[in-house]
Amino acid sequence: MININEVMETNAMIHEENLDVRTITMGISLLDCISDDLKTTCDKVYEKITTSAKDLVKVGKELEMEYGIPIVNKRISVTPIAIVGSACCKSSTDYVEIAKTLDEAAKTCKVNFIGGYSALVSKGMTPYDEMLIKSIPEALNVTEYVCSSVNVGSTKTGINMDAVKLVGEIVKKSAELTADRDCIGPAKFVVFCNAPDDNPFMAGAFHGVTEADRIINVGVSGPGVVKRALEAVRGENFEVLCETIKKTAFKVTRVGQLVAKEASKRLGVPFGIIDLSLAPTPAVGDSVGEILEEIGLEYAGAPGTTAALALLNDQVKKGGVMASSYVGGLSGAFIPVSEDQRMIDAASCGALTLEKLEAMTCVCSVGLDMIAIPGDTKATTISGIIADEMAIGMVNQKTTAVRVIPAVGKKAGEVLNFGGLLGYAPIMKVNEYSCDAFINRGGRIPAPIHSFKN
Amino acid sequence: MKKTVISVVGKDKVGIIYNVCKYLAGNQINILDIAQTIVSDWFNMIMIVNIQDSEKDFATIADELKQIGEEIGVNITLQQEEIFDMMHRL
Repeated sequence: MININEVMETNAMIHEENLDVRTITMGISLLDCISDDLKTTCDKVYEKITTSAKDLVKVGKELEMEYGIPIVNKRISVTPIAIVGSACCKSSTDYVEIAKTLDEAAKTCKVNFIGGYSALVSKGMTPYDEMLIKSIPEALNVTEYVCSSVNVGSTKTGINMDAVKLVGEIVKKSAELTADRDCIGPAKFVVFCNAPDDNPFMAGAFHGVTEADRIINVGVSGPGVVKRALEAVRGENFEVLCETIKKTAFKVTRVGQLVAKEASKRLGVPFGIIDLSLAPTPAVGDSVGEILEEIGLEYAGAPGTTAALALLNDQVKKGGVMASSYVGGLSGAFIPVSEDQRMIDAASCGALTLEKLEAMTCVCSVGLDMIAIPGDTKATTISGIIADEMAIGMVNQKTTAVRVIPAVGKKAGEVLNFGGLLGYAPIMKVNEYSCDAFINRGGRIPAPIHSFKN
Repeated sequence: MKKTVISVVGKDKVGIIYNVCKYLAGNQINILDIAQTIVSDWFNMIMIVNIQDSEKDFATIADELKQIGEEIGVNITLQQEEIFDMMHRL
């Protein structure tokens, strides 16, 4: 039988170290909503989402109450809308109508976000993909809950540089359209290389076409728990350090597995995957930056950061994989600057630069995430930053992503404040030398060779 | 049988166990195990109970225990045992 110390340990993780289940995300296929009439498509989309996810929030709250663990977000991801709208959308404005429908459906279901206003264009763009991409700034401007993503490259196909050029312009335009709301538009838009079909985290969640009709994916978190466990092994060698992270990740993931299985049972929807991610929040004690400091760095960004992050990421996976029957999504440590207090501090004092963050993304989950850049950064420069990050993903056969926010009217050193889970971001300096000629070439970068690895 | 864990944490005083047990007895909730410790004046107790024979549902029992906790100045929570089993048992 369970003993008192185990109960006290679990409850301390929840109450003192911010252990939570970050999200239960229901993936819903909208392939059966496709029709050649816009209104019919929108009606079917609304009906399918609100029927499938009507109990999602209720079940999430029940589980929170019964297990005593917070489930921070309840979300929905859907089939990439570029596909869903391909038969009925004749213009970007038509796609925006579908975005509004998604927003309404999210409101009705009372979820925190709905993801999947997306296009997968790693090799080429159909006219429909292009229409959707061009509609993203307006779609994010007129909706509240919709999140958008575009996959512009993969290890198998190379990088679609026409799409990279286009999304650079989209990021900039989206920031300008939402300038009166702290440029919130691009905070809800991610550009991917090797995007996973089953990621439960926003803004990049979508329900891939290889998935079942409906599925439950769960994202666990718990940077605070790892940090607290590491406090007990200060000064010990790497073996002890790694074992501690692994054991902690195991415990954290087991809670996710329990919640995922139970949510799946109660909702009558199959369990998909657990995403093993250390996802920080702006709350003190819920920070990946703090873990890096506990490992032995003065600030995230100091020499040694990439190595520390590599071991952290690997141990989280090693501990988590055994704790869950299915692991997927992004699975690793997230380093979103604005959502992590110690990363914000590191960026503010100059310890952490954009270039160092880029190096860090080679060994951890996702990529350049929630980074505010000066408002006058050129679209081609944003495309250049995206291309660099996509290249890292393509060559290293991993998912990488870019979510940068041009802070309209602001310069490096100032602050952009989103509030809530998105936090606030010090505006980081961007290399100002031009890459115009590179981005304007057009076409695509071929897929990399998979032998002669060095 | 689905086991449920009651955790009671708070400043030690007379009558904590009495008040909790009175409620459990009055609501047909059987106690399967009790463990208790005091760490620097803080009272920590866990009870493993069976709530299946109670007429009240989980949410109601959780609410009422929380209220009793507030009245006597301790924090009382109710959780399904599975969360601890999952985390600490292979």
